Amino acid sequence: MYEEYSSEHKEFIRKEKVTNNAVMISRIIILVALFALWEVAAEMRWIDPFIMSQPSRIVKTMVNLSKDGSLFLHTGVTIYETIIGFVSGTILGTLVAIVLWWSSFTARVLDPYLVVLNALPKTALGPIILVWVGGTTGSIIVMALLLSIIVTILNVYQSFKSCDEDKIKLLKTFGATKIQILRKVVFPSSIPEIISTLKINVGLSLVGVIVGEFLVSKAGLGHLIIYGGQVFKMDLVMTSVIILAIAAALMYLSVAWIEKKFVKMR
Amino acid sequence: MDKVVELKNVTMNYHTLEGETQAIKNLSLDIRRGEFVSIVGPSGCGKSTLLSLISGLIKSSTGEILINNEPVVGLASNVGYMPQRDHLFEWLTILRNTTIGLEIQKKLNKDTLRNAERLLEEYGLGEFKYYYPKQLSGGMRQRAALIRTLAVNPEILLLDEPFSSLDYQTRLAISEEIWLIIKKEKKTAILVTHDIAEAVSMSDRIIVLTRRPGEVKSEHDIQLTTCENKTPIICREAPEFRIYFNKIWKELDVHV
Repeated sequence: MYEEYSSEHKEFIRKEKVTNNAVMISRIIILVALFALWEVAAEMRWIDPFIMSQPSRIVKTMVNLSKDGSLFLHTGVTIYETIIGFVSGTILGTLVAIVLWWSSFTARVLDPYLVVLNALPKTALGPIILVWVGGTTGSIIVMALLLSIIVTILNVYQSFKSCDEDKIKLLKTFGATKIQILRKVVFPSSIPEIISTLKINVGLSLVGVIVGEFLVSKAGLGHLIIYGGQVFKMDLVMTSVIILAIAAALMYLSVAWIEKKFVKMR
Repeated sequence: MDKVVELKNVTMNYHTLEGETQAIKNLSLDIRRGEFVSIVGPSGCGKSTLLSLISGLIKSSTGEILINNEPVVGLASNVGYMPQRDHLFEWLTILRNTTIGLEIQKKLNKDTLRNAERLLEEYGLGEFKYYYPKQLSGGMRQRAALIRTLAVNPEILLLDEPFSSLDYQTRLAISEEIWLIIKKEKKTAILVTHDIAEAVSMSDRIIVLTRRPGEVKSEHDIQLTTCENKTPIICREAPEFRIYFNKIWKELDVHV
């Protein structure tokens, strides 16, 4: 471990580090510059802060919202609904994929339905769900679930089907039953695919949750955005969007982190 | 000598919507106990189909397959199959990979586990039993795959081009090792290969198949003059080696 590297190798490492730092610094500069420009433009009245909002106003709004605790309430609600949405979407979707793998007849019968459901923009079903399930959290979660489940079914089923036939044959020569084949090879070899589907589902569920919150509009960041838009409080809209961006990134990163841990374990 | 495997007039047809393919036609052969038999033939002559038939994975269209004078019904219980690639499961340790067959047959207990560990010890994988497949070299993986097959204690080993995914040097070394293991464990082995040199160096007998639909074209008892402890690599030095090689090469009648 404490090997002494050649000066050539040290130089290589140094150059890599310099490039990495330059990338990081450039990213930060873009972010800071954008916000600074926005702030100055609003301050100098080049743009109307009433319509375009302004970073300092956003910060003020954030402070006010956190003082009465509503910031955490709305963010928490959105995150909670999203997590329920993508976890249940992934689990239910995987279960359906298992059924399809088990019975190729069922898979063939359902194939056109899945294709149409996949192509259909699920958000169009929002009003129907609202009427059927009611203006509750339930509607929002159904929306999130609907967005993620179809993709999950298709991806996971595809991964089950692409399991190496020779590996299955090997188990068959030992006399494996169908359930053993599923448990010993088909499912375990698809776990990376299931986790990467989970990653896609974070984004999809979030779309479902925000659309759901637009419609139900009781709580959550989607509710804040639609409410802010209706009463023309652009500060509130912008604040909510920025918090939403941060929350989305954090959720995605945590799933990516779990994936990395898992891949390392194998 | 007593026959372990016996095929009588076996024919195998495959059906697809596009049509019917005859893979094997009216094929009869016997394998004697403790023998190492190689089956060579042009590609697509139904060599692998033959192994699937013997293991009972697929049923022949007509004809009869007997193992120890009993017709094969369903899966043959005393047959071990070794595929082209090692197919070790990346998510299991070497030990768990080698006991997967026992696990599936619900025979995993203290004795069988100890036996699997003994095999790993004996064939140089003892200290790697808690490693994952990707930490092992190609040759070691192939050995682990053989131990996985041996762990369920089969009488007959079916080797389906088990060395074809290895580079040439590894291939020579591992075919030597696996041959020694098979002889030491006193198994009957049927090797399917397209490598004539490999077949001549390892086998007691070689069966040449015709182009599809596969039939037996000829059989060769391999008798090489070597020292007492012959192994595949030593066999390659025998004066008759080249003669067998050329004879079989001509019979395969390869046109490119």
